[in-house]
Amino acid sequence: MAVRKPPITTREYWAPGHAACAGCGCATALKLATKAFSEAMEEKYGDPNAFAIAQATGCMEVVSAVFPYTAWKVPWVHVAFENAAAAASGVEAAWKKLGRKGKILAIGGDGGTADIGLQALSGMLERRHNVVYLMYDNEAYMNTGIQRSSSTPYGAWTTTSPPGKYSIGEDKPKKWVALIAAAHQVPYVATASIGNPFDFVRKMKKAAKVDGPAFVQVHCTCPTGWKSPLEKGVEIARLAIETGVWPLFEIENGDFFNIKIQPPGGGAKVTREGGRIVAIEFKKPIEEYLKLQGRFKHLFKRPEAIDEMREQIKAMWKVLGVDVTLPKPEE
Amino acid sequence: MPIRTVMKANEAAAWAAKLAKPKVIAAFPITPSTLVPEKISEFVANGELDAEFIKVESEHSAISACVGASAAGVRTFTATASQGLALMHEVLFIAAGMRLPIVIAVGNRSLSAPINIWNDWQDSISERDTGWLQFYAENNQEALDLILIAFKVAEDERVLLPAMVGFDAFILTHTVEPVEIPDQEVVDEFLGEYEPKHAYLDPARPITQGTLAFPAHYMEARYTVWEANENAKKVIDEAFTEFEKKFGRKYQKVEEYRTDDADIIFVTMGSLAGTVKEYVDHLREKGLKVGAAKLTVYRPFPTEEVRELAKKAKVLALLEKNVTFSVGGALFQDFSRALVNLDERPKIVDFILGLGGRDVTFKNLDEALAIAQKALNGEEFDEVNWVGLRKEIL
Repeated sequence: MAVRKPPITTREYWAPGHAACAGCGCATALKLATKAFSEAMEEKYGDPNAFAIAQATGCMEVVSAVFPYTAWKVPWVHVAFENAAAAASGVEAAWKKLGRKGKILAIGGDGGTADIGLQALSGMLERRHNVVYLMYDNEAYMNTGIQRSSSTPYGAWTTTSPPGKYSIGEDKPKKWVALIAAAHQVPYVATASIGNPFDFVRKMKKAAKVDGPAFVQVHCTCPTGWKSPLEKGVEIARLAIETGVWPLFEIENGDFFNIKIQPPGGGAKVTREGGRIVAIEFKKPIEEYLKLQGRFKHLFKRPEAIDEMREQIKAMWKVLGVDVTLPKPEE
Repeated sequence: MPIRTVMKANEAAAWAAKLAKPKVIAAFPITPSTLVPEKISEFVANGELDAEFIKVESEHSAISACVGASAAGVRTFTATASQGLALMHEVLFIAAGMRLPIVIAVGNRSLSAPINIWNDWQDSISERDTGWLQFYAENNQEALDLILIAFKVAEDERVLLPAMVGFDAFILTHTVEPVEIPDQEVVDEFLGEYEPKHAYLDPARPITQGTLAFPAHYMEARYTVWEANENAKKVIDEAFTEFEKKFGRKYQKVEEYRTDDADIIFVTMGSLAGTVKEYVDHLREKGLKVGAAKLTVYRPFPTEEVRELAKKAKVLALLEKNVTFSVGGALFQDFSRALVNLDERPKIVDFILGLGGRDVTFKNLDEALAIAQKALNGEEFDEVNWVGLRKEIL
């Protein structure tokens, strides 16, 4: 009887028993990321364990390393909130001098990456350290109890962007760190999502295998902070892709003109010119994504805010060189 | 054979780093320490030092990269000053808590505001509670020697704490003095290889570093830093002894000068110690019973040595280039703690002077002496005195 090879290694680096919330999308992301990394290291260096992690303060750090326990089966170090990239630079330099083969994985949430850690990230990328930086993006400071970050999307409720008489919730467009990273002209930058795990694993492996720095921004659901059903994490993340809220793309060496866009699925109509995606007609309205999350609940009384969101999503896709049409829900 | 030459303290610090052979150096230029990373990058560029030199984008990342490298198990070095050290502040606690023996050369410089690039000790004094060992150099030779000693003590298994070596901005950093560069072989013997048993990031034996600790464990972790700091006292003495054997230069935690029959002892740190020794000679010629003492080691605070010193004098006049508000200078606090419960103790008079690079002249010291003499004669005196203030512009 033939045994099918599992789609990804059964080796575990992110052990069960960590303290993440039920339904945590970030925990899924880290599990997949470390497995992908291990496969890449095995393929590149012949050693599946040839990596170490430097991690920023945040949810995934506090749930995985509570003395005297650890969820990590890989060398792992946490220093502070804003310096995962800098610490990873140091680890990488040390490994170089120790003659150790492998790659360093830096991990930070959106707070530790988009905001307080942006400077250290920029330095690490610019200096071309052999480090993959994984930004797990759950779109707010969840570890401290759901405060907005610059990665929080327009309209979202957080404890510091509450909707009210004079507020629609978060009132600024989301900052896309992946684009900032790509501007450093590093070998590889990608966005990914737990809504498309195969794509995410492929991108993590690619990031791990390039020589030099890479940056991957993965969309992870947070049922606690998004007020969404525990069991619907992957479904919600997938809807973000299918409605155009979360573009999946790859940019190599800062070549924005040859950006690789992954077709979003969900019935969207994709137009190409010379192999390049230039237009996408989405079939699913963003409301399908929004309605599953309590953080957007108030917007359904403010349709103009949802329209504004659509405009911002179009503008983001424009930066990627893609004209998108976003449908409104059928009345 | 050691090489006798002349150089600035910044160069001496870079030479010390070169001799210590750190595998990773991460540094960000800041006045007055810029020459340290400049010189080190030259050493690396010319193949004279086999290290990774990370040209970081801030001091925060400099110390963070050092923590990463040290956690990965290699000897690590950086240099900074003033605002740069202040920017490192939170990571300094982390380096000590994670027991990573990083060494920093600090060109002691004032803190803003107003922005000022000249010497006082406020930058490193302000970091006295981070768990780092602190050494202060009187001259450029000491800057070089103390960095080597700092590595030796920091990496000792009884200590495993990071260490900073301070040398005064411009007065030393930019001043050329005779310096003896020790033999590489002897330095290698003195320091040995750094092979940590507690901090490494090796896929063959994965460990987790930098964890979260709940109330059930945090306090013990802090206590081990306390304990290591206490252990450092003995380890520093041993290192001084061995250093003297190997290199012929003697160091003491508290160095005394003409204190034996002194009524008043001036106590200070850094390059000011040189001025004060001169001043003591000058007063001795006049027949005054005065002496001087220099703190080479400030953390761990040499409580026992200070108590011994206190037995010799009727008045201790502390000369400090730093301020701790409501108290005076930080030394005043430390000396008070060391002596507070003794039945017999000298009077302590505190002098704040030389802030932001203001010269400390014999005239200033005369001012301090007059107040110290009041204390000696049982007259009323001010405990905290700002010396050399330009009252006309206040």
